[in-house]
Amino acid sequence: MKKNIILCGVGGQGILTISKIIVIAAMKEGLQFKQAEVHGMSQRGGSVYAHLHLSDKKIFSPIIPIGEADLVLSMEPLEALRHAHFLAKKGSLVSASGKLPNIQYDELAVLAEIKRLKGALVDSRALAENAGSLLSENMVLLGASAGALGLKESNLEEAIKEAFSSKKEIAETNLKAFGLGLKG
Amino acid sequence: MKEVVLGDEALALGAVHAGISAAFAYPGTPSTEITEFLIRHREKFGIHTEWCSNEKTAFEAALGVSFAGKRALVSMKHVGLNVAMDAFVNAAVSGIKGGLVVAVADDPGMHSSQNEQDSRYLAEFAKIFTFEPCNAQEAYDMALQAFDLSEKLGIPVMIRLVTRLSHVRESIQTGKQRGQNALDTEMRLRDWVLLPGNARNQFQKLLEKQPLLLKESEKSKFNESKKGKGKKCVVCAGNAFNYFMEATGGSLPYFKVSTYPLPESKIRKFCASFKEILVLEEGYPYIEEKMLSIVRCKERKITGKMSGLIQMAGELNPESVKKALGIKVLEPVKVKISLAQRPPQFCAGCPHADLYRALNEAKGSSQIMVFGDIGCYTLGALPPFTAISSCICMGSSVNLARGASIAGAAPSVGVIGDSTFVHGGMPALVEAAKHNNNMKLLILDNSTVAMTGGQETMVKGDAMVELIAGLGVPRAHIKIIEPLPARHEENVKILKEEFAYAGVSVIISRRLCIQSLKKGFR
Repeated sequence: MKKNIILCGVGGQGILTISKIIVIAAMKEGLQFKQAEVHGMSQRGGSVYAHLHLSDKKIFSPIIPIGEADLVLSMEPLEALRHAHFLAKKGSLVSASGKLPNIQYDELAVLAEIKRLKGALVDSRALAENAGSLLSENMVLLGASAGALGLKESNLEEAIKEAFSSKKEIAETNLKAFGLGLKG
Repeated sequence: MKEVVLGDEALALGAVHAGISAAFAYPGTPSTEITEFLIRHREKFGIHTEWCSNEKTAFEAALGVSFAGKRALVSMKHVGLNVAMDAFVNAAVSGIKGGLVVAVADDPGMHSSQNEQDSRYLAEFAKIFTFEPCNAQEAYDMALQAFDLSEKLGIPVMIRLVTRLSHVRESIQTGKQRGQNALDTEMRLRDWVLLPGNARNQFQKLLEKQPLLLKESEKSKFNESKKGKGKKCVVCAGNAFNYFMEATGGSLPYFKVSTYPLPESKIRKFCASFKEILVLEEGYPYIEEKMLSIVRCKERKITGKMSGLIQMAGELNPESVKKALGIKVLEPVKVKISLAQRPPQFCAGCPHADLYRALNEAKGSSQIMVFGDIGCYTLGALPPFTAISSCICMGSSVNLARGASIAGAAPSVGVIGDSTFVHGGMPALVEAAKHNNNMKLLILDNSTVAMTGGQETMVKGDAMVELIAGLGVPRAHIKIIEPLPARHEENVKILKEEFAYAGVSVIISRRLCIQSLKKGFR
């Protein structure tokens, strides 16, 4: 078992929370993990990403090689394309369909390009709103990507509960968001 | 115990378990998380931890702890070591008492830095011992050992990190916290008073320690190798080892360097049967250069950055290492449209943006030279503001403006954050006040070390006014403005008035960092 996962988006979108939950779930399945994160300058509204490796064997590289990501999960369409070159031939591309308007770009062209690459576009904003909070958008996308992760849904759900253990209401909202993403 | 930590945090935890009594630092990516972690847990650990004014004062505080017999950690980013250089080099000459470890995080690829200098050269320059971990576990294990070695050798020991290691999160195995050293107030005058007579003796002692350093490096279990047959072998260090293992699974014979000075005899022995040696390392070609004198080169080829096989600038990645090894790089998915860049930018509601709007209007079309400094406000160099024209090193804006003013570009303007001003700008302002140079210093006081994630600053509120007055700036020309859209006209007027005055002025643009405000600071 080896999964290379790229999580990307814009600083402040909750990418590290997604990865934290994946890591908790992976550890429940006895997997090792290694994650490269971005700290510092780019966190100010710039592109951010995390490279997350899960494996039942020792992991060396902090960075995923080009063409070897099993999943690129993006909180923002333009950022999905910025990391698309990491995708493996059979890798999955899952992206939020909503643009983050802190820069100008041709949204339609970007969405069309994601479709051309057979990426899944998720209206995560609407689903998060249904779940009860826009802040749960990352959990919608986690749900939408669950199939590509190769982890048990029940472990991911347990992980969400653990990650938000101090705030029960928030945990409920996030579980709901995860479920909505899962159903698609 | 198993713990999930960042590389930086693993090093910090290793230092705690090695029995440190204190840790000092100035924030700087990618080293910041070492001290953030220690501050978060300082009560549990029972240690003293603090952010200092700059890396030099941080180093000196750590050395003071060491002179009093206790163990101390000082951490910084690579360019911070330049600031600490005077204390750093001389501490090796004076020697230490309690274990003193210097954690330096290099930033190859310049993710958040002005250069990609390689700290291994500076450790060699100071003639001290260095560890280079390749993962968080090693960062922890090496920190534990570094303190023992520092006391054994009587010199500071460096641990060199790089961005990809500082910011890698993984699970590590940890042990127990060792007790702290007892206070020892014995004063070693002949060691520490570096008057020429003593300094000559001390430097001689440092030279005589060098074979001991080499011996420690030769026997270190962190230097590992995998023997094998064939023509070709790899000599690698730190994170480069990870890419090598990822690409080959360790199928080639390799020697992994983890300590400096290089374990020369071990390397020489390992390389004896190989005709081609590929050197993989993050940063400058430090090992590659040394290899030329370690192994006989007539009969063999050494490749790496100096040979041109690997690009000199920037960090390594899986692809550059694969290429160097002659392994095919996978064909990437092609994105057929061009992608807009998303550079870092000011947060919505950032006080710096309002200040730059006022500054640009006050300046108008005049040819006033404006020099910037290091912090979030450096982003004011980018459109739509394009308001500052330099970012050289911490505190430089003050004397760049003063120098330009002396050259005839008067008035000239320096733009600096409150924390950066305290870090490195104050001595230059004393000069400007003494000579009453026609320059204006804008202190962007957001009461936060913002770019590195919102650490606490040294001088807050009206204390900043008193500080500046104390440095000699006339109170009539210390102005305070609040950078807010509603105060724009008023701020422009004040700036214009000060631009028209032919002497030194300081304008404090004071409003709390928007991120700190959200976090409910103060």
